[in-house]
Order: sequence, then C-alpha cells, then structure tokens
Amino acid sequence: MAAHLSSGRVNLTALREAGRRELREFLDKCAGSKAIVWDESLTGPFGLIAQYSLLKEHEVEKMFTLKPGRLPQADVKNIIFFVRPKLELMDIITDNVLREDRGRSPQRDFHILFVPRRSLLCEQWLKEQGVLGSFIHREQYSLDLIPFDGDLLSMESESAFKECYLESDQTSLYHAAKGLMTLQALYGTIPQIFGKGECARHVANMMIRMKREFPGSQNSIFPVFDTLLLLDRNVDLLTPLATQLTYEGLIDEIYGIQNTYVKLPPEKFAPKKQGEGGKDLPTEPKKLQLNSAEELYAEIRDKNFNAVGSVLSKKAKIISAAFEERHHAKTVGEIKQFVSQLPHMQAARSSLANHTSIAELIKDITTSEDFFDNLTVEQEFMSGIDTDKVNNYIEDCIAQKHPLIKILRLVCLQSVCNSGLKQKVLDHYKREILQTYGYEHVLTLNNLEKAGLLKPQTSGRNNYPTIRKTLRLWMDDVNEQNPNDISYVYSGYAPLSVRLAQLLARPGWRSIEEVLKMLPGPHFEERQQLPTGLQKKRQHGENRVTLVFFLGGVTYAEIAALRFLSQMEDGGTEYVIATTKLINGTSWIKSLMEKLEPAPF
Amino acid sequence: MSRARADEEEYWHSSKFRAFTFDDEDDELSQLKESKRAVNSLRDIVDDDDDDLERVSWSGEPVGSISWSIKETASSSTSSLESRDSSLQKGSSSYAAFPKQVSSYSLSSLFKGRNRLPSFQSLSDALSDTGVKNYAPELRRPKAEYKDYSSDWSPKDTVRRMQRGKICSLERFRSLQDKLVLLDEAVAGHDGNVITAVLIFLKRTLRREILFRELEVRQVALCHLIHFLKETGEQKLLLDLLRFLDRTEEVALSQYREHLNIQDVEKRREFLKGCIGLPFSAEDTSHIQDHYTLLERQIIIEANDRHLEMAGQSEIFRKYPRKASILNMPLVTTLFYSCFYHYTEAEGTFSSPTNLKKTFKIPDKQYVLTALAARAKLRAWDDVDALFTTKNWLGYTKKKAPIGFHRVVEILQRNNAPVQVLQEYVRLVEDVETRLNLATKYKCHDVVIETYRDLKDRIQLTAYKCKVERGSAEEEKINSVLNNTQIRWKN
Repeated sequence: MAAHLSSGRVNLTALREAGRRELREFLDKCAGSKAIVWDESLTGPFGLIAQYSLLKEHEVEKMFTLKPGRLPQADVKNIIFFVRPKLELMDIITDNVLREDRGRSPQRDFHILFVPRRSLLCEQWLKEQGVLGSFIHREQYSLDLIPFDGDLLSMESESAFKECYLESDQTSLYHAAKGLMTLQALYGTIPQIFGKGECARHVANMMIRMKREFPGSQNSIFPVFDTLLLLDRNVDLLTPLATQLTYEGLIDEIYGIQNTYVKLPPEKFAPKKQGEGGKDLPTEPKKLQLNSAEELYAEIRDKNFNAVGSVLSKKAKIISAAFEERHHAKTVGEIKQFVSQLPHMQAARSSLANHTSIAELIKDITTSEDFFDNLTVEQEFMSGIDTDKVNNYIEDCIAQKHPLIKILRLVCLQSVCNSGLKQKVLDHYKREILQTYGYEHVLTLNNLEKAGLLKPQTSGRNNYPTIRKTLRLWMDDVNEQNPNDISYVYSGYAPLSVRLAQLLARPGWRSIEEVLKMLPGPHFEERQQLPTGLQKKRQHGENRVTLVFFLGGVTYAEIAALRFLSQMEDGGTEYVIATTKLINGTSWIKSLMEKLEPAPF
Repeated sequence: MSRARADEEEYWHSSKFRAFTFDDEDDELSQLKESKRAVNSLRDIVDDDDDDLERVSWSGEPVGSISWSIKETASSSTSSLESRDSSLQKGSSSYAAFPKQVSSYSLSSLFKGRNRLPSFQSLSDALSDTGVKNYAPELRRPKAEYKDYSSDWSPKDTVRRMQRGKICSLERFRSLQDKLVLLDEAVAGHDGNVITAVLIFLKRTLRREILFRELEVRQVALCHLIHFLKETGEQKLLLDLLRFLDRTEEVALSQYREHLNIQDVEKRREFLKGCIGLPFSAEDTSHIQDHYTLLERQIIIEANDRHLEMAGQSEIFRKYPRKASILNMPLVTTLFYSCFYHYTEAEGTFSSPTNLKKTFKIPDKQYVLTALAARAKLRAWDDVDALFTTKNWLGYTKKKAPIGFHRVVEILQRNNAPVQVLQEYVRLVEDVETRLNLATKYKCHDVVIETYRDLKDRIQLTAYKCKVERGSAEEEKINSVLNNTQIRWKN
C-alpha cells in the first residue's frame, strides 16, 4: 500500500502512520455512524494518508462534497465537515447547517475538523452567522507535511506563495515550521540549518523558538537528517517559469499531476480487443497514479524526455523475451516457475503499455512547431540572448491569443533573466496584454509586479549574467542521455535553486558570497545542539542526508535534479525534499492571478 | 492591573464592545467526554491489538480511494431503509472491534502536554513502552483546558495557548498598553491565525485612528489586517486604512477591483467612470480610462446591434447571428467584432473599426491582424486585398503587410481561403525558403514551380513533378519550364 514511502533513505511511513492514527482518534471521538462532508481540495491529500476502508472501519458511511444548499439525506448520527480554514467555506457550512431540518429525528450532530489548524477567524465567522454553537467538536488535524513519495513531502498549500510574497501573511510559514517540528519529533533533531531568503529566516526563527518553548520536544532519537536547507522560492523565480523537460515534469506541464494522480485523454488507452470494433472509445479520462511504487516509472520519471524512448524500447525487449521463455519451459518445475512469475510480468507489461502511451501523447506535443518555438525563446532568455527588447514570438502569441498564462510565463521569464525589463518594453507588453485579454488583468499584472516576477529594471544594472556565469546556470554541452550535470532537466539550464543546494554541500557557500548577496534575502546558518549521546559518528563512505525545504513551491524538474545529485557516485549527499506545494509555471502563475469571476454564490 | 480608569475609558470602544470569546463546550459535555475517555483508556489496557486488526482489513478487501468513495456513498443514499439496516449491523459489529484510543503516537500528541510529563522522554519510548500508552488519552486534552476563563494568563501565555488551538478570553486586556503587548506577542509567534484573532479583538475595542496609528509601526500585523479585511470584504475600512497609510495606488487598485462584482453593465460603467480619477500609477491611469471608454462604447454598440438583429433588416446579422453579446469583451475582440459587422462604416460612428483604432491608439500591426482575420472569416477577399494595397503618389499600387506575408498566409489558410487567393500572398513572401515551404505545404503549385524556375533548380523542379497530378495543367507547366532552352539551369 505505502511501501514506496519506505524505499528511500528516510522511512516516511512513520509520518503517514502518525497521520492515520490522528485521524482515527478524531473519528472515534464522534461516536456512532458518520457522514463526512469534504472540502474538495482535501480529498486528494487525504487519499495519500488513508483510503475509504479506514474511514469505514470507523463508521463513516456516507461521504459528500461540500456545496451550498441542503445536506443530502443520510441516516447517520454525525455529520463531520473536513475543511481548510477558509471563510468562503464557512459560508457554505453555515448554509448547510441552517437548512438542516430541525424537526428530523433523530437529530444529526455536527462537527468540524480544520486542516491543518483551527482558525479563530473562521470560528468567529461562524459565530457571527449564529451557527458556531451547532458544532459539538471543533478540532484540528495537523496534516502539515504529507508524504508523497519516499523522498518527497508536500503541504499542498496552494496559496502559500501568494500569501508569503504578496500579502506578507506568514501563516503558511508557521505551518511549515510546525511540520518541521513534527519531522524532528519523528526523525530526530536536525543539527545543522542553512537558509536563504526572508521566509527561510522566519521559519528557522520559529523552529528555534518552538524548540525553546517545548522543552519536552528535546528527544533522544538518533538524528536521521544531517542538514536542513530552507530556500525561499523568490530566491529563484526563474526555474518554475521554464518548461520542465523531464518525463515527470512534462506530464505535469501538459496534464497536471494532482496528488500523484494524473488524468489523461482516454483515446490512447483503449483496450485493444479484437472483434469489438473501434466504436466504443472510452470517454472518461484515464486516471493513473504516478509514484515510485511503479518500478518502471521510478526509473524513467526523472530522465530527460529525450532519453525515455530508448529505455522504453529496451524494456519492451526484455519483457517480450521473458514471455518467450514459456516455450522453453519443459518440465513441470520450469512451468511452475514461469507461472509464478506471470503476475509480475503482467504488471510490468501493463506498466510499459501505459508509459508508452503517455510518451506518445507527450511526443505529439513536444514535436509540435509551437512547443519548439516556445522552448527556443525560453532558452534564448535563459542563456542571456536578447532579453532587453520586445520579443517577436511573444508578440505573435499575443496576436494569436494564445492562453494568457503562457504569455505571462514568457514575459516574466524575460523580466527575471534581465533583472527587470526596460520601462518601454514593459509598457509595451502590458498594453498588448490588456488590449487583447481585457483591462481587468491590470490587477494580475500588479500582483506579478509585487511578487517581483514582472518589473521595471530599476537599478539600471542587469545582475543575471553574473549570477548565470558564477553558478554555471547555462551549460552548452548538455548530455540528455547520460547526464553529468543537473542542467539536463531543462536541456541546458541548471536550476538555480538546486545549484545552491549542490554548492552548499560542496565546497560550501563561502565560495559564492558575492552572488548570494545579489539574490534576495539573508543567508544564514544555525546549529541545534544535540545531547552528547546522539552525535553522529559517520561511517566511512556513508552519505549525509539533507532535507531541502522549498518555501513557496518546487517543480518536478527541480526534484529530478536533486535526485540526480543523490545518485551521483561521489556525491556524498542524499536529498529529501519538502515543499509548501508542488508547482509548475502554469499553476504558479495561476495562483497569482486575480480571480476574475465572482464567487458562485 | 492598576491603571487609571479614565485612561482605560479613553481607549475603550464601549459602544461596539463585545467580549471576544468563543463558547466552548459546556461543562456537562466535557464531563461526559471525560468519562468516555476513561472508558476508552480502560479498553486500552484490556485489549491492544490495533496493528493486527488493521493489517487484515487492508489486505483483505479491495480498497477505494476517498474521492472515489464520495461518489460511491453519495449515490447509494437513495435506498435509505436498506442502508440503515446495514449500517446498524455494521455499527454493532465494528463496535465490538472498536479500536481503543490507542497509542500516544499521533501528530498532535507529539507536542501536547509534553512539558507536563518530563518522564516522557522520546518517541521511541512511546512506541516500545506499552505503559506509556495509558497517558495518551489524558495527553490529548489536559483537564485544565476547560478552565480558561478564570485564569489570569500573561500575554505571552495567552498567545501560546491560542497557538495550540485553545480557547482564550481576551477581554481581560483592557488598556491600550496591554493590548499592544498582546499584539506584539502574537506577531512574535508568527502564527497568522493568532495574529488575526488578536487583530479582530483590537479592531472591536480600539478607536479606528488609534488602531491605524499603532499598526503603522507594526508592519506584520498591518499586513495581516489588510489581508483579513480583503478576505472578509470590509471594503470601507480597508480603504480608510490604506488612505491613512498613504498607500494611494493600492487604494485605487482595490477600489477598481470592486467593478468585478458589479453585474449590471450600466452600474459597472458608472463605477468605472468613478475610478478614472483615482490615484493609479501614470500608465495604469490610461488603462483604466480606456477600460471605461471601451465599456461605454460597447453599451452603445450592443443596444444598436441588438435592435438591428431583432428587426431582421440587416443582412449580415441574418446571415451570421451573433453568438454572444459584445459587452465586457476585450478591446481586440471588440475590434474583431466591429471589423466583422461594421467594416464599411464611416469613421464618425462609434462602431466603425477606424474609429476604434483611433480612439484606443491600436497599433497598425494589431489592427491589420484583426481586420484580416475578420474579413477572411467572411471570405471577403477583396477587403483582404485592399488591406495590403497601398498607392504611392504616382498612383502605382504596391502590396505591403506590416505583419509579414507569411503571417497573412497562415491566417488565410486557417480560414480556408481557396488556393487562388492563398497563392497570391504566398508569392509575396520575401524569404525564398519560407515561400517554398508555405507553397509546398498549401499546394500552391504555381508558386513552387515559379520559384524553382527562378532559382534555376532543375533537380528540385523535376522532383516536384511527382507531387502534382498526372496530366494536370501543373504538370504541363513543369514540363514546359523544363523544356525551356532559355533557362540556364544551375544543375
């Protein structure tokens, strides 16, 4: 079930177990039969912790999605709302509660479970609507960091970047610190903390403070992590804007991976049975789970897409050969052995079939002219070509009314690669965008400006070339098949964030002081004292374990780059990755856009 | 607290005051829970096999994901009688196996009350030592938690308790001094939830000027209040605050944002008109002005065209009924619309394309692209032709396209222009290679043949012969070119 969580250097099953136990405890507090009303954004993350069977064991009989109006009929003793603490959700809950038939018998009891934290603001809101008293249990479920894979944790907090960098609301940082405290309780105190950026500084401060305030949290677990690296997303605004070119990154760019699941167009997955005719093509999108539990996926997810084809064809040969074996099985023993391997072989075959189909879907897009043009422009910007004038391709895309987010990604990328755009260039883009997509987007443009993604060049100096050269962000001789550098994940561009992690491990940040000063926010180092018995005596050749926490989001390509570093033979460091949210350029920009449609109620 | 009474009154917003507390569970209920907890903890000692139980159920049955199950359970709710029966059964059976409020090892218990139990050393202890498990139920909710009201917590303790999700009454903090200490403590804790809660309290109990003044020197708290006001939609207070802070551009944007909530177009137009004078940045000011002008235009055009369409007199509206209203559409879309329905109108009318172009200073490129797309859609090839024809002062005509003819070709092709029209523009593409590519792609044989002839490329021309139909005029043309002895082929 969750075996993939224990496959890495750090056994994350323990974290999942803790989460499950907490959930059971809460459910048992509400004695009797139950119905859960779900905030839809939570079902995905919860699915990674528990499945329906666990809830069922604790008398959850019905489940609904949260929506205004009357709650569905269900003869249960308890109605439990599982929600993020958001005001608009409180309005829906209020509506639900007020419409509940008071005359029905037996009456249903209401409860709220806030994830990850009870919100006084929400409760105040409910109180003002006069329904707060209707809830018997109002509790919180501290699901801060959710294990996604053996080396990956996410808070799945969509708005974290916006809150931190646009609204200066540090609540999500507080949750991040809490999540880190939970990790330390389970895996030991992390002796070394490094960080870069304002938010990183805040989180480190909070951790140190929390530790002081809970003297009991001093535990005697042998530390699993050697180092924690906290990185602000705004230290590296560039990376998420570029199109990811790893297999997993491209799946995410094109189809969007949600809580390890992806929905794909069904055509390529039609069952190929003879005699059925091609008429009944499935219409429902094909839903697949993507994680390292699948052997083949674990092998190809982090490869550059151009290297995926050869692996798939090699696998195909191996599997066909394995199936051929049956002709050579003569004795009963041999046949028996073959049969015993069948399930594994069949799983491998269907896995191969799925990924071949996905690769085909992606290839259709990556070989299109527009994908190529878009990539060319991105790579020009990242290698520092023509970043200071209006770009023809961007203009063309606006004229053809390509999706606004695509335009914004490119313009922001240009701005970041030029340390801001010349006022004239910026004004030109803004005007074209507003005239083509609507003046109301002035609000979105202002948000992007506030976040530092789109701005006029104020200092009159472009720092990007210095940063690029010092950190070797652009590599001309990139090897996509057998990479020797992290730049393979963007076919030439080495993600700045990961370069910082790499340089921290070796030779240390002191070598890049000058560049660190050019990037926003302070950089720092803290040490947490360990009791004498717990200090690590490293075995010869044993790798260090570093937890890299991306505050404001991380992309799959960055994760791939870190995994590449983990696997380097003489790397000496293995990485576990944590983040507030798994993002790509599109979902990231979207989170910064002004919601233009009025709320549905 | 020995503060002068008058001093207290000064800051006490008496008229609006309500104590900031949350009704927590009343005593009876908490007692009930206490007893139930005790029962559960007993069960803990008697029978403790949770892990086994779980393993069986996990491997035993095919399990559905949560989102899958939502659909599943929701749809089955029709047969309520049946489901009640089964639920009863299920209820009783699962009660027998009911798993005890087990181990101390859950997310929240990692922190709760740890400092009260110095003997509780480590997590591994908790896992191995079964004796510790008995603490668990108590760890979850120390009794003291239900007795918050009477106690006299310091600001620091209050904030700390609120951070742990406990209920605290803030009404004890009466003087301005106390309230500010409380606020500073909350800010130091970084928990937005607590900061906001304190701010709500301050907002209620402090005069507005004083609140604003104090927040001005507390940036973090200030940001939280602004975020909070945005979220709760307290627009008026928000604008007052931003004005007080002299953040005029933000005031302007925030006010402008409001137009999105106005559905009625007339009202929206009025509102936008009011926005024009707001202190936007220089470039934004002109955008907002344009936004207003555009909507004003659209309202006039819409009224006019709806009338025309209903009357059924105008051919264009009969032939191509409008799919949607033009209201609230972007400028370029509006231009397209007017090029589609009002192309020939004189510049004086509001709906004429040239008028739009002038009013909004639409660049040539943008204008030509839009007009081309609109006229091509109507298959008005003469208009397309006119769009690119310029006359010099001698009266000679010349073809010119500010967007490059390859783009013209693409747009025409997308609108299914016939080959005769298409090839006319392919011929005008300057770059030979692009021209050849486009001509080949769109089967403009004449252009291909002519280009190869001009390039004196016999090999390519010969090769091209197999791409045209046998016995067609094109084949004949190729043959005649190939047989032309005047041409000095380069190969």
